[in-house]
Amino acid sequence: MSKHLKILEFVLSSLLRRKFKNLGIVAVFSFVVFILASILFLTHAFKAESLAILEGAPELIVHKIAGGRHDLTALRYGDEIAGIPGVGRVLPRYWGYYYDVSTGANYTIMGATGSPRSTLQLVRGAFIEAGQRGVCVLGQGVAEARLTGLNGIVPIMGANGELYRFQVVGVFTDPSTLLTNDLMLIAPEDIREIFDIRPDMATDIVVQVFNPSEVANVAKKIKYRFPELRPITRTEILRTYETLFSWRSGLVILTFVGALVAFGILAWDKATGLSAEEKKEIGILKAIGWETSDILALKFWEGAVLSLVSFLTGLIAAYLHVFFFGASVFAPALKGWSVIFPEFRLRPTIDPYQIFVLIFLTVLPYIAATIVPSWKTAITDPDIVMRG
Amino acid sequence: MILHPGIVALIMGACFVAAMVLYSAVMGVAVLRRWDMTSSSERQLQLERKTYLTSTLMNYVLGFEILSSLLFIHTVDSLHAIFVGAMCATGSLNANPVGWAALYAKLAVLFLSAIWIAVNVIDQRQADYPLTRFKFAGVLFLLPLVFLSTGLQLRYFLGLKPNIITSRCGALFSESGGGLASSLSSVAIRPTMMAFYGLLALFLAAGIFALRRRTGTWRYLFAGLSLLVLPVSLTAVVSFISLYFYEIPTHHCPFDIFQGNYHYLGYALYGTLFAGSFFGTMTGVSEMLRGKASVGTTIDGLQRKWIVLSVAAVGIFAAIATWPIVFSSFTLDGYF
Repeated sequence: MSKHLKILEFVLSSLLRRKFKNLGIVAVFSFVVFILASILFLTHAFKAESLAILEGAPELIVHKIAGGRHDLTALRYGDEIAGIPGVGRVLPRYWGYYYDVSTGANYTIMGATGSPRSTLQLVRGAFIEAGQRGVCVLGQGVAEARLTGLNGIVPIMGANGELYRFQVVGVFTDPSTLLTNDLMLIAPEDIREIFDIRPDMATDIVVQVFNPSEVANVAKKIKYRFPELRPITRTEILRTYETLFSWRSGLVILTFVGALVAFGILAWDKATGLSAEEKKEIGILKAIGWETSDILALKFWEGAVLSLVSFLTGLIAAYLHVFFFGASVFAPALKGWSVIFPEFRLRPTIDPYQIFVLIFLTVLPYIAATIVPSWKTAITDPDIVMRG
Repeated sequence: MILHPGIVALIMGACFVAAMVLYSAVMGVAVLRRWDMTSSSERQLQLERKTYLTSTLMNYVLGFEILSSLLFIHTVDSLHAIFVGAMCATGSLNANPVGWAALYAKLAVLFLSAIWIAVNVIDQRQADYPLTRFKFAGVLFLLPLVFLSTGLQLRYFLGLKPNIITSRCGALFSESGGGLASSLSSVAIRPTMMAFYGLLALFLAAGIFALRRRTGTWRYLFAGLSLLVLPVSLTAVVSFISLYFYEIPTHHCPFDIFQGNYHYLGYALYGTLFAGSFFGTMTGVSEMLRGKASVGTTIDGLQRKWIVLSVAAVGIFAAIATWPIVFSSFTLDGYF
C-alpha cells in the first residue's frame, strides 16, 4: 500500500512538471463527461419533475376515444361508473390547452372551483368559489410571464373568436415548477363557454377508488362495460414517463457513441506517442531498479489521476450547465414536443446511480484504450531507451 | 429493446471485457504452445513480457466485472418502473426470463475471474512463474463463458418490451411476469433456519481448525463448506431472512433489499456473502496447486489470510442477516 502511495506521489509530481502536455487530453475528456453528464442530469431532473406533478394526480382518469383520438366524454358515463362497487366520487374535469399569442407559450387552462390539487398553495388572493364568473387564478410563473398580479386582467380568445376578460383573484405555487409555470384556473362555466363544451360533456372524468389495489380492477370493469372509454391509471402514466425519459436520454447518448470512440482513439494515440523525455524517464526508472509491474502501476495511477480530474471537471460543469443555465444546449432535444413551453428552472437532483453510469461510459473506454500503450511503454528496455 | 443509459453502459462495458479476454486468450494460445521457462530465447522473452499484459488486462477485467455486476443489479432494479406489476428486480428479470441466466453467468464470470487473479498473485510471487500454463489455460476456459455472459445480457436487454400507454386501451391487459420461484419461498422456515445456522457453526469450526492444523484435509473441508455456504445462505435469504427485513411474513423477494427503503443493505449483505465464499473457496483451489513446484510457502501465508478474510466476511454477512431477527419487534411465531 505504501508503495502505491509513493508511486502516486511520483505520478503527481511528474504530471505537474508536464502540465501542458496533458492539458489536451484533460480538456477533451472533461468535455465528453460534460456532455454525457448534462444529458443524464437533465433527464433525471425532468423525470423528478414529472413525478412531482403526478404525486397529486388522480388514481384513475377515464375519457372517451373516438376513431383512436381523445374525445369529449359524456357526463352520463360518470353516473354509471359511480355504480361500480368500490368506486367513490366521480368528478367531471374541464381543461384544455391555450396558445397565448402575447407570451408565445402554451398554457393549460382548467375549470375548477376551490383547489383542484392538494399540492397547490396560494401565495395571494383566493381560489375561485362556486358561482363566481369572469375570474381566474394563475400559477406564479404564469403571472410573472404575463407581468400581471392580483386584480390584473387576462384576455383569452374563445372558440367563437370573441375575447373574454378574466380578472386575477389568486396566485398559487406548487412543488412542481411545471405546474406553477403552466396552469391557469377559471370557473367551470367559463371554460365550457370559451372552449365550446356542450353542457352534457366533460373533458374527462376522474374516478375515485377507495382501495388503491382495486384501481386496475375498476379500470378493467369500465373498459369491459364501455369499450369506447379509455381508463388511464396513474401507475400507467408513471411508467410511460419513465420509459419515455430513459429512452430519450439513451437515444441522445447513443448519438454520442461516435464521439466516445473518437475520444478512445485520441487517448490511445496520446498514450502511444511518448515524448523522448518521457521515454528517457522510464528508461532511467527501469535502470535504477523499477520493475515492469511498477511501471504498469505508475501508468495506472497516471490514468486514475487524469480520469479523476477530468471527470470532476466535466461533472461540475454539467451541474452548472443544467441547473444554473437551464441546459441551453440539450433542453430542446430532451424536453419533448412542447418546444413553446414556458421557461422554468429545474430543481437540482442527482442520483448516485447516474454518476456510476457516467464512470462506466467515460472512464472505462479511456482505461481500455490506454492499457496496451502503457504496457508497451512498461516493457521497453532501459538501454534501448537511453541510447535513443 | 429499452434505451436506458444504464443499459447502454452495461452493453458497452461487456463488449470491452469480451475484447480484453479475447486478446488475452490469443496470447494464451501462444504461451500454451511455446512457454519454456528454461529457454532464454528471444521468443521466450517476448512471451514473458506478454504475461504482464495479460495480468494487467485480467486485473481490469475483474475490476470491470465487479462494477458491472453492481450496475447490472441496480439497472435491473430501476427498470421495474417500466413493467406492469413489477416491484423490484424480480419483476424486471421475469419480463424476459433470459435475464436470470444472464445474472447467473455474470456472477460465474465474476467468481472465476476473481479466482484467476488470486492464482496470478500466487504465481507472481515465484521467480520461475510455475503456474503460467495453468493460468493461460484458465483464460481459454474463461473466454467462452465471458462471451456467453455478454450474449445473454445482450439478448436480455434486446428482448425487453416496455408496457406503456398505447393508443388502444392502455396497458391494463398486458401480461405481467409470474412470481418468484415459489419453491424456494415455500421452504419451511424452521428447518432452513436450523440448516443455515448449523452450517455457519460448522463453517466457523472448520475455519478455526484449518488455521490451527496445517493438513490439507481441513482446508479442503473449509473450502467445501464455504462453497456450500453460498447456496444455503441464498435459500435462507429467500426463505426467512428477507421476511425479517421487510417485516411482512409473505414477502420473500431477494432483490427488494437493494432498494433505498431498506438502506441499500442488499449490497453489503450479498457483497460479504460472495467475498466470504470466494476467499473460502480459494483455500481449496490453492491447496490443489500445492503440487506444482515451489509455491508451497507462499500458499501457506496466503491461505491463512484467506481463511481469516473468509470467516470475517461470512461473519459480517451473518451479523447483517441476524440483526433484524434478534432486534426487530417483528416475529414469525405463527409461521414456524
